[in-house]
Amino acid sequence: MNDGILATILISMLGGAIRVSTPFMFVALGETLTEKSGRINLGLEGNLVLGAMTAYAVSYHTGNPWLGVIAAGFAGVFLGSMHGIICSLPKVNDIAVGIAMMSFGTGIAFFFGKPYIQPSAPRLESLPLGNWSESSSLRQALDINPLFFVGIVVAIAMWWALANSRWGLIVRMTGDSEPAARAMGVQPHQVRIAATAAGGFLAGVGGAFLSLSYPGSWNEGLSSGQGLMAVALVIFARWNPLRCIIAALLFGAAGAIGPALQSVGISQGYYFFNAAPYILTLFIMIASARSSSSAREAPGELSITK
Amino acid sequence: MTAVTTDTPVRLTDSTKLRAWAEAVAIPLGALVVSALIFSIFLIFLGKSPVDYFQLLWKGGFGTSFSIQNTLQRAAPLILCGLAFAIPAQIGLTMIGAEGALVLGGFSAAAIAIPLVTGGVPVVLTMPIMAICAMVVGGAWIAIVGWLRHARGVNETISSLLMTYIAIAIMNFFVEGALRDPGSANKPSTMPIGKDYMVGYIPATDIHWGLVAGIVLAIALQIVMTRTTFGFAARVTGGNARAALAQGLPVGRLIVACTAIAGACAGLAGYYEVAAIHGQANASLVAGYGFTGILVSFLARHNPIMILPVAVMFGAIEASGGLIQRRMDMPDATALVLQGIIFVVLLTSETLYGRFAIFQQKAGAERT
Repeated sequence: MNDGILATILISMLGGAIRVSTPFMFVALGETLTEKSGRINLGLEGNLVLGAMTAYAVSYHTGNPWLGVIAAGFAGVFLGSMHGIICSLPKVNDIAVGIAMMSFGTGIAFFFGKPYIQPSAPRLESLPLGNWSESSSLRQALDINPLFFVGIVVAIAMWWALANSRWGLIVRMTGDSEPAARAMGVQPHQVRIAATAAGGFLAGVGGAFLSLSYPGSWNEGLSSGQGLMAVALVIFARWNPLRCIIAALLFGAAGAIGPALQSVGISQGYYFFNAAPYILTLFIMIASARSSSSAREAPGELSITK
Repeated sequence: MTAVTTDTPVRLTDSTKLRAWAEAVAIPLGALVVSALIFSIFLIFLGKSPVDYFQLLWKGGFGTSFSIQNTLQRAAPLILCGLAFAIPAQIGLTMIGAEGALVLGGFSAAAIAIPLVTGGVPVVLTMPIMAICAMVVGGAWIAIVGWLRHARGVNETISSLLMTYIAIAIMNFFVEGALRDPGSANKPSTMPIGKDYMVGYIPATDIHWGLVAGIVLAIALQIVMTRTTFGFAARVTGGNARAALAQGLPVGRLIVACTAIAGACAGLAGYYEVAAIHGQANASLVAGYGFTGILVSFLARHNPIMILPVAVMFGAIEASGGLIQRRMDMPDATALVLQGIIFVVLLTSETLYGRFAIFQQKAGAERT
């Protein structure tokens, strides 16, 4: 009996981890790219919400959820390049602009999103990878959205490109030392605007997952701080795209504890379990903030680690 | 305002001060005008009249004595939350967790009121105990952020936001569990504190005393930050933390003190939300005052006194929301769009400081 309950909890945590981790993964990858170029964008929460709204609206009007995903990416590019351009002006603080972009992004998302709270838009179909199994809960857990795999491919590609490609070298050099970049004839501002815009695209796609897959509808309480938790997640992943996958899965599992316990009838302390990802993030930050390996791997130009 | 000449050394410093002051007023005002223009273009694209919008904004915010009172009522928590951002900002911290301290402060005031009210403790004792409890809990909550920043180097912006979500979860946990009033069916709440224990109104108005508390605190904190050793040390730390350490200033204690003051301000805002408006703690406490307070503080350039008029302005934007929603058929998120535009334009305008010759000292000592 107890084994059965434990297995149910573990399986629904696995499924939950995969589902909940996808937006974390995209936002964290976007933030990694931005931070590798030496700038921090705290406004990805805005990208996530605006991306979710745009994806839902486009999917509703065109009937094609994948068009929604792409539109969400471009909504993210819009906010990301705004952040990038404003922060390129002298004396402008990137952290403060991030807070402003968060409020701007959620503001326009709520404004234009009002008519889309009621209607139902076509969702992204999940891949039923658990059909071989007898257990219905395992089948449900292995119903995985294709965006999860897209995220993993992006992570591997970004990891390879940052380490091996010319572009990756330019981004890393700009992030580690602005004078070095200038000496090599690179315009740091241009690199950072491009990196923030590309990071914004990924965060927008993460938002599309929220509204088109899980939870799978558009409402104003859709994202509650995932965009910001991703910033902490990047620190935890030490600016490494591959570690972002693991970190996102860990956060997803923490977020899945509450619903998993509820599915077996334990509803006491539901709100505390819902706060688990925030508490986990805080502890990770406390543990990693002063660690020497974190300091070694942080991009040198980053304002939060300077 | 720039007609002051700079022939004598004494008048030179006066002139420099005046120019710096004029710059600090003119640039935010300019940012407001540009934001209004951008927002007008946004409205025109949607086929709405900007003239109607700003007329309704004025009418809903200041048009009648009722709307003025409504505006000032909403300004009260904005002043306190603005202070909660401004004080840590003066010591160089970007602390955005006022919402959490407000929620937790309001909740703990409502929670401590339950035994006091049922035990029949006199009002004169209960009210200050509730207020102090809210300030202590809010202050301690945000002081953790400051302490983590100093002791562990944890980024205060991210930690304070995470703690906001944790604070809301803590309130929900108790409000939907141990401290839930069985009478609150649809909206889980704590036990109502009862009319006798509520904070009254300023005579002849519908404005609760929270506004007075906000004004008094703003003036007091302005004096503390500009006229005391503590305030000077805090601002030195904000200007250059390494220099402050080298001078032997107790940077850690200053940071914890500033964050504790900030949390106490936000907690007091929570107390007034509970004791003057809702009468109990529930999800209505999460109204976004803590986040609007960030914008209020930026627009006031983190100056406690300037927070007062700015908070009134944003109080008017929120107070007129209902009227604009009804008359112009626009969603309530319109105010959020306007606030978002103001926020982005305002921070962009930071780049203009020192760019206008008119605000600079004329002879010698050029700033770069």
